[in-house]
Amino acid sequence: MSPAAPTARIAGYGTLVVAAAIVLVPVVWIIAGGFRTQISLLMGEVLFRPILANFREVLLSSASDFLLNYRNSMIVGVASTALCVSAATLAAWSLERLGWSPWVKHLFLGWALLFQMIPPIALAGAWFTMARTVGLENTLTGLVLAHATLNLPMAVWLMTVFVRDVPNELVEAARIDGASGSKLFFSIVLPIITPGLAATTVLCFVFSWNEFSAALNLTNKASATVPVAIAKFAQDYEIQYTQMAASAALSIVPALVLLLIGQRYIVRGLTNGALK
Amino acid sequence: MTTLGAVGAPTTPARAKRAADDDRLWRWTSFGPALLLTLAIGTLPLLNLFVTSFFTVSWSGGRSTWTPVGLANYAQLPSDPLLQAGITNTTIFAFSAVVSQMVLGFLLALLVSRIPRGQILFRAIFILPILIPGIVIGAIWQLLLNLDFGLVNQLLGLVGLGPHDWLGDPRTALLSVIVVDIWHWTPFCFLLLLAGIESLPEDVFEASKMDGASALQELWNITLPLMLPTILVTLAFRLVLAFKVFDEVFLLTGGGPGTATEVISFTIYQRFFSEDRVGYGSAMSVVVIFVISLLLVLALSSRRWATPR
Repeated sequence: MSPAAPTARIAGYGTLVVAAAIVLVPVVWIIAGGFRTQISLLMGEVLFRPILANFREVLLSSASDFLLNYRNSMIVGVASTALCVSAATLAAWSLERLGWSPWVKHLFLGWALLFQMIPPIALAGAWFTMARTVGLENTLTGLVLAHATLNLPMAVWLMTVFVRDVPNELVEAARIDGASGSKLFFSIVLPIITPGLAATTVLCFVFSWNEFSAALNLTNKASATVPVAIAKFAQDYEIQYTQMAASAALSIVPALVLLLIGQRYIVRGLTNGALK
Repeated sequence: MTTLGAVGAPTTPARAKRAADDDRLWRWTSFGPALLLTLAIGTLPLLNLFVTSFFTVSWSGGRSTWTPVGLANYAQLPSDPLLQAGITNTTIFAFSAVVSQMVLGFLLALLVSRIPRGQILFRAIFILPILIPGIVIGAIWQLLLNLDFGLVNQLLGLVGLGPHDWLGDPRTALLSVIVVDIWHWTPFCFLLLLAGIESLPEDVFEASKMDGASALQELWNITLPLMLPTILVTLAFRLVLAFKVFDEVFLLTGGGPGTATEVISFTIYQRFFSEDRVGYGSAMSVVVIFVISLLLVLALSSRRWATPR
């Protein structure tokens, strides 16, 4: 793009700084809220002496399940991501390169796209009945399966895009050397698509970590995830605002870490998934 | 696409046969897990919903009684006041939020693409809201918009405007939810549109510069037309997500006050779970899913129409 005139450039930077402030202020305010006393929050003090009591209460008090919720979210996030990304990567390679007839491929991908559009809340009821039938109600396993299935369409679409970029010559050369089936996939294809795999993994984890409607209906007190816990917080008769702020701050830690170490993968995942 | 077998065949017939067997088995084992998940956990519940929608299910003592009611559940739908409010509010919500997000996202993407320094920093900041759980965004804004101590009312107080109960007043509740959604999802539009802008061919802009086109002419005659496919895809994605909105509403307003912020997902939740009307909630879900499939067909054909390939 063209280099802009100085005044236009200043106006541009000014607008961006304002926009960045609008994004950051609510986040900073909620994190700061976690370090306040309830009185300081209610008084709206600008300057306050930070305390750790809220975090101590949320993390260590026997009345709080937050550490358990955090552990549940981690388990569900990691397990559902592992399941979803493995199934999706294999399926993408299979559909793209293993000679399935076009209607199989289009039917599956079309179905995936439609499934992506269904509000998860519409499925949650049926899932609950099904989970109960097989004895998985209120278990982490049930939620892992639900999250893996919810994220599968996006993961398959993403991995299809990345698999398409694997050079044909390389695959054929490996075939001539005698590699076939799974060996070809694991030794040749997988190393090439690792960056795409990383992007898909990051997104699947984030979406599982954030997912609320399935988690709300498929878990109980012992298996609740972080979003469910925070919703319960906000619905309490007497809301502990500062503790709610502290839990909210703790819940966005994974997002902040991923943003710092994996911004590139997040960007690649989101843009490739939608635009290719 | 590539087909199997003939390409780069190994030297001896025996090896060729073994490789082909390997491939055939591998073809199924690789597609199997995804297919199984999709059928068992993706498709089965939909069949379950469809069947359930023709019954009334009542629970007593841990046992359910299923009474077939034919199309009665579907017949009730048009006169459900909650569903009517849900449809109206979801439509208002989706269109006003998504249009604002597209305009703001495009503006920010244009600005970021033109600055020589700091692109990565601004992009990182703007991505942040996409990564925060929707329910936490609800919690954050519930506090920000709080009547007594919320930052929004504090800031308004500084310029002498009285505190307002943004989420409690039926006139401003939906507007507040829309603003929160704009905060949450403008970054998504920004990110996709920025990727679109960055992939535009450089030489076209140089040519227009030489012809002495103004910045506005360049935007209208070159950038926007070239960006049309990206714009439409982003729009379709966002509309779909907007029609599914649930998490933020759940915490911010719970559909209230009254039915001021009732959205479809929330209506399904209330009828299905809160009121335990499983059959009726299923019928509602089936209709919503059907409408969504129609929208999908429309979106796909618009993409085909907009992509020059």
